[in-house]
Amino acid sequence: MVPISYYLVLSGVLFGLGVVGFLLRRSIITIFMSIELMLNAVNLAFVAFSYLHEKLSGQIFVFFVIVVAAAEAAVGLAIIILVFRNRASLNIERINLMKL
Amino acid sequence: MSASYWLFFIFAGLAVLGAFNLIWQRHPIHSALSLILVMGSLAVLYLLLGAEFIAAVQVIVYAGAIMVLFVFVIMLLNVGEEERTQWSRVATYLGLPVAVLLVVQTGYLLYRAVPMAIRVDPNRFVGTTRRVGELLFTDFLLPFEVTSILILVALMGAIVLAKREP
Repeated sequence: MVPISYYLVLSGVLFGLGVVGFLLRRSIITIFMSIELMLNAVNLAFVAFSYLHEKLSGQIFVFFVIVVAAAEAAVGLAIIILVFRNRASLNIERINLMKL
Repeated sequence: MSASYWLFFIFAGLAVLGAFNLIWQRHPIHSALSLILVMGSLAVLYLLLGAEFIAAVQVIVYAGAIMVLFVFVIMLLNVGEEERTQWSRVATYLGLPVAVLLVVQTGYLLYRAVPMAIRVDPNRFVGTTRRVGELLFTDFLLPFEVTSILILVALMGAIVLAKREP
């Protein structure tokens, strides 16, 4: 049997890797995928805590997170298509209209 | 050493490997495929934690619908490899150690959060579809209905944003 803290450590490591990817990568699509990775890490922590406290509310929260992630992916990818159409690039260094 | 022990380590390793590969690859399609690997492994871990319904939803919605959307957009835009840009020196010498520190610290804090004695038995607490559904349609009925409005708004927003200007 695996201790429940291993699951939490795995969730923390995945979240940290998501943060690193978010800061390191230059392509909008990869940055967006790093956000999805962070959401997944949080979901794992939710399920682990749901098991720990023997309450199903944690799993309901994961369900809602997945719903919001689906909505977010649809809108976010539409925005990415729009950015690509206007700038012909997905590099965030080129998307600097609001930079001082 | 039981089967669930080995399953945990195999799929936890696959998830971490996939996450590493996601931030390592320069081509977005490779990152997308590694993200699918991460999501599939997480579905197995959910099963090990007794969350049957969430595991199914993870495979159907995340690894299925959302990632198909990602791959579709990557292929629609015909994205090539990411171009190399010069990092600032601060990012290299300060940013990377701080990022590693963040990963280690988050892991350590979560490791300390729960006593080691609590171990996972997949059969002790099972979130079947029936139990999740009952809770969803009683205690969480209002949030459940609100998500339908959220999805409708997201649907219209995506269409309005992505449609070509006449």
